[in-house]
Amino acid sequence: MPMRWVLFVLAVAGCGGKQQPPTVDRGALRAVGPSELRTVADFDVVGDRGARSRALFGEMARVLTHPRCINCHPNGDSPHQRMAMELHDPPVVRGPADNGVPGMECTTCHQDRNQELTRVPGAPKWHLAPLEMAWVGRSIGQICNQIKDPNRNGGKTLEQIVEHNGHDELVAWGWNPGADREPAPGTQSQFGALSAAWVETGAECPEESR
Amino acid sequence: MKIKINGVDKTLDVDPEMPLLWALRDVLGLTGTKYGCGEALCGACTVHLDGHAVRACVTPVRRAEGRAVTTIEGLSADGSHPLQQAWLELRVPQCGFCQAGQIMTAAALLAVKPKPSDAEIDQSMAGNICRCGTYTRIRSAIKKVAGVPDDGGNQ
Repeated sequence: MPMRWVLFVLAVAGCGGKQQPPTVDRGALRAVGPSELRTVADFDVVGDRGARSRALFGEMARVLTHPRCINCHPNGDSPHQRMAMELHDPPVVRGPADNGVPGMECTTCHQDRNQELTRVPGAPKWHLAPLEMAWVGRSIGQICNQIKDPNRNGGKTLEQIVEHNGHDELVAWGWNPGADREPAPGTQSQFGALSAAWVETGAECPEESR
Repeated sequence: MKIKINGVDKTLDVDPEMPLLWALRDVLGLTGTKYGCGEALCGACTVHLDGHAVRACVTPVRRAEGRAVTTIEGLSADGSHPLQQAWLELRVPQCGFCQAGQIMTAAALLAVKPKPSDAEIDQSMAGNICRCGTYTRIRSAIKKVAGVPDDGGNQ
């Protein structure tokens, strides 16, 4: 196993006294395939607690920005679908309660589980994320700050976010999408553990240009 | 499974995963609801489940257990529902195959939004396909029932 645990902790100091928070070269972390998630232990090599927290969120973001998850966090009125994030076909809109409009509700077609023969995906509480929880078009740093903000996360505490990520039934669909859909990387259990570790390390957000 | 179908309590002894459409058409003989695409993509099989539009072709019977299903046969006892009357008056159907689904979706819309805007009609009806292209007539009939001005679909 290559022992290239080289961390580029870029404590860029001296620029007008402004200090850049340490960041992690993700290439220094254990290499994983696109369908895998790194474990919490993989981040033990990041010495700085804040940098570790930001790196953990970076790993969580591989789930958050996967089409299985982000497709229903649109920044418009219609969900997306498929890996290319096409607009939902047939055309549907979120409606006032994020569950469609009369006659064309999410659950007009989507059931509480995937439909094997018709390929219609389904899970309990199938609905769109509210507009304030939109992830499409947002940077990872923006998504992170949004997830921490009770005004934009459904009034959740960080502990409730961890519980939601690790156990929510609709979130779980991301790893059980049915038919030939590509699941989100890793497992929900791993995602929950990463979320817990992120919160335990201070729930810091990656700095990104806006 | 006990399901109220068009106001009448029915007991269905079928596989809980059977699509509701199969139970309606093949078991109960209610053939007004049509099989179109079988994948919830055309709207021909639209019925009401506790007043909400659902696609019967992808709705397992178990979802309807203990609940009320309304089909086109039960929308009114004698075809007198305002939408059915408007459909006749404006001669909306061409081949007619999709029309039960169109009417059931429109009924679900008007039950919640008695005076929908053009945009609201379009959004609610967007999933009901008509191969004959009767969309302008469908919209006119809905607006007639809603009592809102109609320009014949030229807006």
